[in-house]
Amino acid sequence: MIPGYITTNAPALLIAVPLLGAFLSPLIGKISRDARALWVLAVMTLTALIGYFVAFLVYTEGTLLYVFGATNATLAVPPDSGGIPIRIIFTLDAMSALMVTIAVTVGFAVILYSLTSDARRSGLEAYYTIFLLMIGAILGMVSTGDLFNFFVFLEISSLASAGLVAYKVEKGRAVEAGLKYLLVSTIGGIFFLFAIGILYGQYNALNMAMLADMIQWTPLDKLALVLVVAALAAKCGAVPMHFWTPDAYSMAPSAVTAMLVVASQASLYGLFRICFTLYGITLNYVTIGWVIIILGILSMIIGVTMAIPQKDIKRLMAYHAVSQTGYMLLGVGVGLAVLGDQALLNSYGMTAMEGGIFHIFNHAMYKGLLFLTAGAIIYQVGTSDLNRMGGLGHRMKWTMIFFIIGALAIAGIPPFNGFASKFLIYESVFAFSPLLSIIAMVVSILTLASFVKVFHSVFMGPPLPGNEQVREAPRTMLIGMTILAAIVIISGIFPEFFVQNLITPAAHALTDQAGYISAVLGGA
Amino acid sequence: MRMSKIVRFGADVLFGAIVIFGLYVIMHGHLTPGGGFQGGAVVATGAALVIVAYSYEEVIGMIKKTILMAQESAGLVMFAGVALIAIGLGTTFFFNFLANSGSLFGMTVPFGPNPGELNTGGVLPLMNIAVGIEVWGGLAIVILYMLSGIGKTKEA
Repeated sequence: MIPGYITTNAPALLIAVPLLGAFLSPLIGKISRDARALWVLAVMTLTALIGYFVAFLVYTEGTLLYVFGATNATLAVPPDSGGIPIRIIFTLDAMSALMVTIAVTVGFAVILYSLTSDARRSGLEAYYTIFLLMIGAILGMVSTGDLFNFFVFLEISSLASAGLVAYKVEKGRAVEAGLKYLLVSTIGGIFFLFAIGILYGQYNALNMAMLADMIQWTPLDKLALVLVVAALAAKCGAVPMHFWTPDAYSMAPSAVTAMLVVASQASLYGLFRICFTLYGITLNYVTIGWVIIILGILSMIIGVTMAIPQKDIKRLMAYHAVSQTGYMLLGVGVGLAVLGDQALLNSYGMTAMEGGIFHIFNHAMYKGLLFLTAGAIIYQVGTSDLNRMGGLGHRMKWTMIFFIIGALAIAGIPPFNGFASKFLIYESVFAFSPLLSIIAMVVSILTLASFVKVFHSVFMGPPLPGNEQVREAPRTMLIGMTILAAIVIISGIFPEFFVQNLITPAAHALTDQAGYISAVLGGA
Repeated sequence: MRMSKIVRFGADVLFGAIVIFGLYVIMHGHLTPGGGFQGGAVVATGAALVIVAYSYEEVIGMIKKTILMAQESAGLVMFAGVALIAIGLGTTFFFNFLANSGSLFGMTVPFGPNPGELNTGGVLPLMNIAVGIEVWGGLAIVILYMLSGIGKTKEA
C-alpha cells in the first residue's frame, strides 16, 4: 500500500517536508495568496500524515532508526567506523512518537486556524515560512538521537518562535516580547552548547546512545547536567525562569501561541530525555528528581497565583501554562526520584510518569484549544482586555462551548482529559508524598476559580456597549478548534485507551535506557 | 545621501573584488576554510559597501529586494532538493551520491600533499553553493532593511 522507500525514509521526510514546504512558500506566495494558503495547508497535511505514519511504525514495530547520509537508513554503526555511530541518527522511540503525534496534531489544527485568523495581516510570505520552520524544528527536536543535532533544532525553534512572537509588532510591545524570548533562548542555547562541549570533551561522542553507554557521573558530568536542566527548564517556562512566557504567549498571534506551547513541551521532552536516557541510573536520581519536583511545585503555585489577578486574557492563560507545566515536571520528577528503586517504581513511579506524560499530551490539546478560543475572541472583539469583553456568549456560541471544554479540562473536571492525567498524578504522588499531592489539588481548584472568573467576564451578562455586533468566528477557525476539542473529549472519555496504547509505552521507553542504547549500538 | 566621488569610485572598484572573493570562498568551501555561509556573507558585505557609498534610494534602484528574496528561497530549496535527490536514488537523505562517481565534483581526492583539487567533494560543493546563494540574498536583505533609515535621518 505504502511504497517501501517512504517507509524507510519516513523519519527524514518528517523533517524534509515541512522544511521544503517552508522554503517554497515565499515563491508560491508570488502566484497568489490563495495558492500560498493551499500550499501551506497541503504541506501541513502531508507532514501530519507522515507524522502519524512514523508514530504508527514506532508503536507497532519498536524503536525506529534513521541514519542520515548513510547508504542504508538503519546502518547506525558502519563496519569501518570502529564501533562509533559517526553520523546524525534519528532515534524514534515511543516517547518521541508521542511527541510527534502531539506536534503534528496541534500543528495541523493551528495552521488551519491561522489561514483565516492571520489572513488580514501583512508580511505573510515570511510568516508561513517561519511557522513551518518552527513545526519542522519541533519535530526534529523530538526525533533526533544526537545531542548536537538537538541543539541545532533547539536553536531553529528558538529563532523561528522569536520571529513569530515579534510578528505583530504592536507598537513595539510584541518586538520586546520577542527579544526577551530570544535572549532567554539564546542564553539557554549557550548553556546547552557548553554542556555538549563538556560531554564531547570527555567521551568523544555526540550520539545520545553512545554517551549513555559510557557516562560516568564525573564532576564534569554533573556540571553538564546542571547546565542542561537550567537551559531546558528556562525554555519550557518553569519557575523561576518563566518570566518570558507571559510576554511571549500574550504577544504572539494566537495560533503561534498554541504552537509555542508545543515548542515548550519539546524542550520538556529534551529535559526528560537527557535525564532518563542519557544519564539514567548513573545520576543521583533522588536529588535530581527532587530538583525537578521542586521546579514543578514552584511553577504550579507561582503560575496559578500570578494568573488570578491578570486582566489580559492571553497573559492569564500564559500563567496557567506555566502552572500546568509544573504538573508534568511533578509527575515525571516523582518517577525520576524513584528511578533506582524498582519496587517503588512499579508501585507508583511509573504511574506518576504516565500521569506526567499524559498531561503533556492533554495540555497541548486543551491549552492549544484555549489559546485558539482566546484568539477567536480577540479576532472578533479587537481587544485582549477582559474588562472590555462581556456578554459574548450571546453571539459566539461555539467559541463559548469550546472555551468551556478547555476550561473544564485544564481545571481537571471529569469527563475531560485534564481529569484523567491529573488523577493519575494525584494518586501516585500521594503515595510518594501526600503534601505534594495536596498542593497539586489546591492548584487545580485555584485554576478552576480563575477560569470561572474568565468565563463570567467574557461570556456572561449583557453585551457591553460596542460588543452588540460581534459575530461568531469564521468557519476554518472553528474547524481548527473542533479538532482539538474533539481530542480533549475523546481522550477524557476513553483515557484507558490512550494510556495503554500511547502513554505507557512512552513512559517505559523513557525508563528503558538499555533498550535505547541497544537500538542504536546493536545488542551490545 | 551620497558620499564624495572618491568614496564612490573606491566602492565601485572594491565591489567587484569583494564579490569575486566571496564567490571564491563559496566555491572552495570544501577545500579551504570558509564555505557557503562565509562566502555568502562576504558577498553581502559588498551590498553594504555600496549602500554606504551611495544613497539608499539609488541602491534600491540597483538591487531588487524581490530578486534577493527569490534568491534566498531558491538557495534553501536547492539545499533541501539536493538532499532529497539521494532518497530518489534509493539511499538516505543527505547521502553523498556524487562523491567518487567520476561526474560533477566526482573525482577521488588525491593522496598526499597537493594544492587541492576543486573537482572533488560530491554534493558538498553543491550544498556550499546553495547556502552561498541563500546567505547572499538573506543577509543582503537584512542589511538593506537595517540601513534603510540612514539617508532620511541625515537629511532631517
